[in-house]
Amino acid sequence: MDLSAINPLVLIASLMVAATPILLAAIGELVVEKAGVLNLGVEGMMITGAICGFAIAVETGSPALGFIASMIGAALLSLIFGFLTQVLMSNQVATGLALTLFGLGLSALLGQGYVGIKPPATHDINFGFLTEIPVIGPILFTHDIIVYASLALIAATWAVLKFTRVGLILRAVGENHDAAHALGYKVVRIRILAIMFGGACAGLGGAYLSLVRVPQWTEGMTAGAGWIALALVVFASWKPLRVLVGAYLFGGITVLQLNLQAAGVAIPVEYLSMSPYLITILVLVIMSSDRSRAALNAPASLGRVFHASS
Amino acid sequence: MTSLLTLEGLTKAYPGVVANDDVSFEIAPGEVHALLGENGAGKSTLVKMIYGLVKPDKGKMTLNGAVFEPAEPRAARAAGVAMVFQHFSLFDALSVAENIALGMENPPKMGDLAARIREVSETYGLPLDPDKVVGDLSAGERQRVEIIRCLLQDPRLLIMDEPTSVLTPQEVEILFKTLRQLSAEGTAILYISHKLEEIRSLCDGATVLRLGKVVGRCNPREKSASELAEMMVGSALTPPSRASTDFGEVVLEVSNLSIPSPNPFGTSLKDVSLTLRAGEILGIGGVAGNGQDELLAALSGEALAPRGAVTLHGNDISQMGPTPRRHIAVLAAPEERLGHAAAPDMSLIENAFLTGADREDLHKNGFVKWPAARAFAEKIIEGFDVRTPGPHNAARSLSGGNLQKFVIGREVLQRPEVLVVNQPTWGVDASAAAAIRQSIIDLAQNGTAVIVISQDLDELMEISDNFAALNEGRLSRPRPAQGLSIEEIGLMMGGAHDMEVAHVEA
Repeated sequence: MDLSAINPLVLIASLMVAATPILLAAIGELVVEKAGVLNLGVEGMMITGAICGFAIAVETGSPALGFIASMIGAALLSLIFGFLTQVLMSNQVATGLALTLFGLGLSALLGQGYVGIKPPATHDINFGFLTEIPVIGPILFTHDIIVYASLALIAATWAVLKFTRVGLILRAVGENHDAAHALGYKVVRIRILAIMFGGACAGLGGAYLSLVRVPQWTEGMTAGAGWIALALVVFASWKPLRVLVGAYLFGGITVLQLNLQAAGVAIPVEYLSMSPYLITILVLVIMSSDRSRAALNAPASLGRVFHASS
Repeated sequence: MTSLLTLEGLTKAYPGVVANDDVSFEIAPGEVHALLGENGAGKSTLVKMIYGLVKPDKGKMTLNGAVFEPAEPRAARAAGVAMVFQHFSLFDALSVAENIALGMENPPKMGDLAARIREVSETYGLPLDPDKVVGDLSAGERQRVEIIRCLLQDPRLLIMDEPTSVLTPQEVEILFKTLRQLSAEGTAILYISHKLEEIRSLCDGATVLRLGKVVGRCNPREKSASELAEMMVGSALTPPSRASTDFGEVVLEVSNLSIPSPNPFGTSLKDVSLTLRAGEILGIGGVAGNGQDELLAALSGEALAPRGAVTLHGNDISQMGPTPRRHIAVLAAPEERLGHAAAPDMSLIENAFLTGADREDLHKNGFVKWPAARAFAEKIIEGFDVRTPGPHNAARSLSGGNLQKFVIGREVLQRPEVLVVNQPTWGVDASAAAAIRQSIIDLAQNGTAVIVISQDLDELMEISDNFAALNEGRLSRPRPAQGLSIEEIGLMMGGAHDMEVAHVEA
C-alpha cells in the first residue's frame, strides 16, 4: 500500500472532471423542480445525450458539435416528457420513470455501431502562463471548456433565480401554479421551457461522460449518475451552491476511492465503489436534516398536476 | 352619470351548466357596486370574465366607452382593472415584495418597490413589511398584500371577491374605511359578497344573481337584510331553532394543550383548555390560520397530544389515533371536503365505509360488508337530502353543498358522543347550510357534545351555546354566546391585528 502515490493536486483537478456530469444534470433538474415539475427521467436524458454527442462528434470529428447535438437530443427527449405531463397531464413520476427506461433503450439502439470507437479529443483551454502558478495553476487552469461552463451555469442559475424577474416567475409557478395562473402567467409554457432546459443540461452532462470523462461509448454507461443528480437536488434543498458542493463531494470521493483502489488499500473494492454514493447522500441528509427549513425551500407545487380550469 | 364599466348580455356556459346567462349591469366611477348571490350563482365566473381569466361566449363589455375584451389578466390590468382574490393568489414561500412584483406589469427594482410598498401602506393604513415571507403572515395581512398589489397600479376598477371572510370585525371596519376612501378618490369598486349587512353599509348599488341570471337590482341601503336575502335565495328562510339548553355532565376536557404544527406555515397550539358538557354546542371562531386545523387534528386524533391533555369522561385519550377515538364515539369532520373529509375519486359507499367501518359494523375479519356499507351510504343520502344519482357516484361528482351534507350526515348518523366539525357550511348554499345547522342542533339536543369551528360569526351566534375564539393558536376563555356583542367577539379574535385607519383625507 502506497498512499504517497496520491497527488492531492491531481486529485482535486480530476475530481472537478469527475463531478461535472452530475453537476450539469443536477442544475438542470433543479430548475425543472423549481418550476414545480418532478422529472425522474434524468438518467434517460443523460444517456441519450451521451450517445447523441458521441455519435455526432465521431461523425463530424468535432467535439463541440457533439456537445451541441447532445443538448438538442436530450432536450427533444425531455419534450416528450413535457408534452405528456403538461399537455396530456399524465402522472409525472410514472412518465419520468418511463422516460429513463426509454432513454436507456433508445441509446443502446443508437449506439450499436459506436462501441469500441475512440471519440475526437476535447482539448483543455490553454491559459498560458497561468497554468504555471503553483497549486492554483494545475487545479484551476487545466480544464476543458465544459468544466468552466458548468461552473458558470451554477452561478448563472443562482443569480437568475435570486435576482431576476424570470427567476421570480419560475419560482412562483413552482410555488403555487393556481395563483400564477390567476395572475396571468403561462404555467404550462414556462414549465415546458424549464423541462427542456433540464433536458439540455442532462444531455450535456451525459456527453461529457462519453466524450471526456471515459471517453468511449458503452451501453448504460451513466451507471446511475442521473439518479445521484436527482437525489442531489433534493438533499441540496434546491439551492444551486449546495448542488455544487454535493457534486464535487461526490466527484472527490469517486476519484479518491479509485486512487485508493490503485494504491491497494486493504478495504474490499465493493465498499470503496459504493462509498461515493453513500457518503454524498449521508452528508447531504445531514445538511438538510432541519426538516422544517428544508420544506420552506421545496417548491410547494412540485409534482402536482396543473389544471388550467380551476 | 357616465358609466365606467358596462356589461351587456354576458353569457358563459360550461358543459352542463350556464354559469352566466345574459348578465348586464353598469358601474359608475367611484361607485361601490355589490354583486350579491349565493355560492354557485355565477359571481366568480362573471368577475373572471372582467379580469380576463375566462372568455365570455356572448355579450359585450365596455370600459370608459371603449370595447373591452381582455384576452388575459395582463390586458385587464393594463386597462386599469385590478382584483383581490378570495384565495389562491399568493405565494407562501416568497416575500411580500416578490408577491407584489409578480402582480405588476412593469415592477420597479426591488429596492424602489419596497419603498413604494411602505409608502402606499402608510397612506392607506395597511402596515406591511415588504421583506416578510407571506407564509408567516396572518390572513388579514395577506389580504393587505393583495390590496396593496392592486393599489400600486392605480386601478380604475377594483374587484374584491369575498374580502371579509378572513377578517375580524375590527379589520373589516378598517378595510371599509380604505375602500370608502378609494371610492372618494374616484376608483370604482365591484364588491362580491353574500354578507348582507356589509353590503348595506358599504355599497351604493347592488346586482343580485341567482343561478347565473340577474334577478334584481337595488340600492342596498334602502332594503332590509331579509329583503336582500330573499332576493338572493328566492324564498324566505327559516332560521334553525332550538328547544332547550340543558347540559349534562362534562364529557370532554382539554387542559393546557400545546402542540407544534406539522406544517412550516401552520400555527402551533398554545396552552389550549376547554371543557365540553353533554348537549352543549361550543362555537370556536377566529380568523383562518390561527390554529383551527391543528385543533381539529388534536381532537380527532390525527395529531397525538401530550399525555393527559385530552380526556373523555376522565379517561386519557390523548395518545389514541383517529380509529380508536372513533371506536369510543369521538368523531370529527374536517374542513377540506375533497381530500380530507372525503376521498374525491372513491364512491360514496366507499367513503361511508372509511369512517363508519367500525361504529356501523361494516366489516368482519378484515372483509368489507358491501351490502351493509351500501345501506349506510343510502341512509345518509336519504336522511340528509344529498342530491346524487346514487351511492356509486364518486365524491368528486357532488356539488360542495351536497358533499358537505354527506360528510356531516355520515358523522351524525354514527351516534357520536363528541363531534368536532370545522367549517360545516363553508361554500354551501343557504338552504343546505340551514339544514346542516339544524342537524347539528338536533344532535346536541340528543345529548351529544359538539364543537363547531367556523369563520362565519353569524353561524356561530346562531347555533352555539358558548363561544370562544382562536387567535395565534391560543383559545380565549369560552363565554355564553347569548348577549355577546360583535365588538367583544372581535376583541376575542385578536382585534385589529395592529392595523390603522387610513391617513389621507378623503
